[in-house]
Amino acid sequence: MYTLSSKLRLFAIISMVLGLVGVVYGFLSVPATVEEASEVLAAHEAHHGEEASHEEANFVDEARQEHGYSEKAMAHDKDMGHEAHGQGEHMEHVLHQMQTKPWSAVFVAAFFFMMIALGTLVFYAIQNAAQAGWSPVLFRVMEGITNYLLPGSVIVLLIVIFAGEHFFPWQNHELVAEDTILQEKSVYLNFPFWLIRGIIYVIGWNLYRHFARKNSLAMDDAEGDRPYKNLFKYSVYFLAFFIVTESTMAWDWFMSMTPHWYSTLFAWYIFASMIVSAVTVIAIVTVSLKTIGKLEFVNDSHLHDLAKFMFGFSVFWTYLWFGQFMLIWYANIPEEVTYFILRIQEYNPIFFGMIIINFVFPIVILMNSDFKRVSWFVVIAGVFILVGHYIDIFLLVMPSTVGPHWSFGITEFAALLFFLGLFILMVGLGLAKVSLRPKNNPFLVESEHFHY
Amino acid sequence: MASGNVLHVLYNDDDILMKAVKALRSKHYRIIEVYTPFPVHGLDKAMGLPYTRIAICSFIYGLIGLSVATLMMNFIMIEDWPRNIGGKPSFSYLQNMPAFVPIMFELTVFFAAHLMVITFYMRSKIWPFKKAENPDVRTTDDHFLIEVDAANHDLDELSKFLYDTGATEISLIHNEEHA
Repeated sequence: MYTLSSKLRLFAIISMVLGLVGVVYGFLSVPATVEEASEVLAAHEAHHGEEASHEEANFVDEARQEHGYSEKAMAHDKDMGHEAHGQGEHMEHVLHQMQTKPWSAVFVAAFFFMMIALGTLVFYAIQNAAQAGWSPVLFRVMEGITNYLLPGSVIVLLIVIFAGEHFFPWQNHELVAEDTILQEKSVYLNFPFWLIRGIIYVIGWNLYRHFARKNSLAMDDAEGDRPYKNLFKYSVYFLAFFIVTESTMAWDWFMSMTPHWYSTLFAWYIFASMIVSAVTVIAIVTVSLKTIGKLEFVNDSHLHDLAKFMFGFSVFWTYLWFGQFMLIWYANIPEEVTYFILRIQEYNPIFFGMIIINFVFPIVILMNSDFKRVSWFVVIAGVFILVGHYIDIFLLVMPSTVGPHWSFGITEFAALLFFLGLFILMVGLGLAKVSLRPKNNPFLVESEHFHY
Repeated sequence: MASGNVLHVLYNDDDILMKAVKALRSKHYRIIEVYTPFPVHGLDKAMGLPYTRIAICSFIYGLIGLSVATLMMNFIMIEDWPRNIGGKPSFSYLQNMPAFVPIMFELTVFFAAHLMVITFYMRSKIWPFKKAENPDVRTTDDHFLIEVDAANHDLDELSKFLYDTGATEISLIHNEEHA
């Protein structure tokens, strides 16, 4: 039986307090008026020196004129920032982006940790539905991590609801009134329906987590195989529910930040990030628990398999990233390519750095079969993968919401710290309540003797 | 090589075979070769065979494939006959690289896979039209055969030991070629 050590609990609580202070500071320090925003911008530009102003009349505009885009939406899309002319409308837009920044910072961190818990839940459901023989010794670890799902998903839902127009331009009625495309999309992208969908996702995911955990614990004392059969059944239903809700969640919470832009494999792309981060965290938690001697029934073949999944899903993520990038780059259709122009021009180092961390690094480190069994090697690779996928979520949200006015400062770091603290606390509590060795799972013996 | 007698010991179950191989090795008998109708998991470790190095070969072949793809596409699409496809830059490999990634990926896999199979054939000394080397045709169907070096051993003692491990049939082969 594992108990959250008082040092770790103290660390988690201090992180949360510091994080909360930082986030509050971030929200209080945003400029409230256009004048203040201009000052911030001027100070920023003086500090960095005059940057070459980007060509303002880009090719996007002409192609769009005919299609019923509102002028405001076009200004928004082609606004790459840094232009010297400080006209009122532009500065208003900049002000809006600056006020959005703390919202985005909190959302990125909140979603990053929520998706780890959600991805773990999906991985757990897959193991159950597939009746996997290797993994039952890790089920209590996975259940511990998914303990974060309830607070995590509720916080994420609250953030997207209250961020409102900061994130989702289609919630702005003035904008929609001028924009025929958004008017047509409003069948799907309207506030009540969007809100109901969000609530359904969160309830559905948490219901599965609740009943899965309940049946998994009931298995320990059960005479028959009733709880096992229930768990199998719920896992299958959940996976069917998840595959739909994950797609719509990706559209609702990420893709609709840029409502004129769409990509059909976007939902898969987010899922890839989710599952690779989740498997990485499972591996890291397993290694830490084994190091303090709580998981003596887990051998290095289990770690080897987790590392294989880390490797495989990293490649899968790259495949989807590149599949999306190459098609858009090659076709060069104006309304699609704006997505990457903004990211390559304004986020260049982290945009390409992310691919090195998320692809080249895992490939090089985890390719060798023997390295996958060395726990500190897996942990190092895992830390890099997690950093890379934090950047990935950062790049999904920030360019769409704050445009070129991004930075990684106190607010971003504090948000990360707060959710890290909450994550450690919830996962620690989830692991602590029960024995880490499940009993009576029909595949447990096979799992304990698993070797490669 | 074996200077004389070799025993061909047949088994009809892979689990019994595994146990027999382990027992033989613990008694320090020399196993020349084992013939099985299908790959038996863990047999290589039980026989004490050295680790395969084919993974290293595969990695090198993959790098060769990647280089061939890069050089080939650079020559075809950039140097020899630059073509304007969809307005993409055709004068720099690096700038046009995303278009070539599928080819680079495919040729990496192609070279790694094919050269690895060919290496495996060469290393196992098999090629088309080669006469099969297996000593008993039943090893291609449902029997497992261990070739045990019987030189310098007491044949009666060895045979008894082998029957105790579950052998169904033992035959003594006088290996005159190597005598």
